[in-house]
Amino acid sequence: MSTRHILLGLLASGPSHGYDLKRRHDARFPQARPLAYGQVYTTLQRLVRDGLAEVGGTDSDGGPERTVYRVTDDGARELSQWAGEIAPPAPFVTNEIFAKVVVSILSDGDPAGYLRAQRAAHMERMRELTAVKTAGDADLATVLSADFALNHLDADLRWMTTTAARLTTLTAEVDTA
Amino acid sequence: MNNGDNAAGPLLTGRRLVKAHGRTEALRGATVTLDAGEILAVTGPSGSGKSTLAHCLSGITRPDAGSVTYAGQRLEDLTEKRLSELRRTEFGVVFQFGQLIPELTAADNVALPLMLAGAGRAGARAAAGEWLERFGVRGQEESRPGEMSGGQAQRVALARALVTGPRVVFADEPTGALDSLAGEQVMTALVHTARETGTAVLLITHDAQVAAYADREVRLCDGVATPQGVAA
Repeated sequence: MSTRHILLGLLASGPSHGYDLKRRHDARFPQARPLAYGQVYTTLQRLVRDGLAEVGGTDSDGGPERTVYRVTDDGARELSQWAGEIAPPAPFVTNEIFAKVVVSILSDGDPAGYLRAQRAAHMERMRELTAVKTAGDADLATVLSADFALNHLDADLRWMTTTAARLTTLTAEVDTA
Repeated sequence: MNNGDNAAGPLLTGRRLVKAHGRTEALRGATVTLDAGEILAVTGPSGSGKSTLAHCLSGITRPDAGSVTYAGQRLEDLTEKRLSELRRTEFGVVFQFGQLIPELTAADNVALPLMLAGAGRAGARAAAGEWLERFGVRGQEESRPGEMSGGQAQRVALARALVTGPRVVFADEPTGALDSLAGEQVMTALVHTARETGTAVLLITHDAQVAAYADREVRLCDGVATPQGVAA
């Protein structure tokens, strides 16, 4: 995930200072890990160094004075190129669930029991996300982000269901061999 | 009379249900409970007995063994007439598709259950209009099912299932024939209305994203419910 491009994208909707960018990032990507202030300022400095953003003055807004950044023409070009580039369709998909099932099979553990428990945890999280998404005050960013998480959890679940069924078949084959 | 509220127990209980279709046992001792106002998802692979379970719990099918208790009454003790009355007044049903009468308009489809219960046509149609509005399909009163989108028709079907003020709605794959956005609108409408009216919903689905609208999930596998049924 490219923090610099996401910050560039936020700057593209209008000049902004670091604190505001962090706040807007966390609001736009509510299911993502919140950005650390340090990361925002370091990234902004690098964008300026690379000519993709520039300092556009200061803004005090009644509080302490803050540096306002804006996107440059080079920055706008870079952003447009990045946004249109395809992301590699995950050539090496792996995650903890997959690894645990494989290890559990190898070590004669209880993969079916693990899958049942993991499924229950996934469903619980999906219920939470559905409640967030269908709450009357959910804005578009919240709905999109909950949808994204829900669809990924659903993909995990479908894989887990198929795997549980395969394990039953596999066990039956081993038992009758 | 025990109306199922004063007892702390569930509103609807299916206990150790067994049901065979020919030589295939669809249910093999499934136990499931539904509390008043609860939204329960029944999930499981195709052929796991989900629909048979809904049919037994709603009194459409009598189980070969086991019992179904609704608000303190055992369905197997009821006469066919009383059971049919109970189904008409206490239960609402929504299927995947095809349950609307194609020759009738949306308003008449929704008014029909009230008219069958003895209401006059004008009053029934007025009530139908309110329910269509509630499900976001006001303006479709005079459309016939074939003239509406799948999602609209399904919301009309929900209005029809809820118009009599049932305490339990059985929804069997209610979004099965819809694309994901239309399905989401149907589920949101169903869940919001059920919560507002305190209606319990037994939601049959093979789709985890649909099941996630429920408060709780019971998973059927080979005709047996796991893991949340009451202790056998």
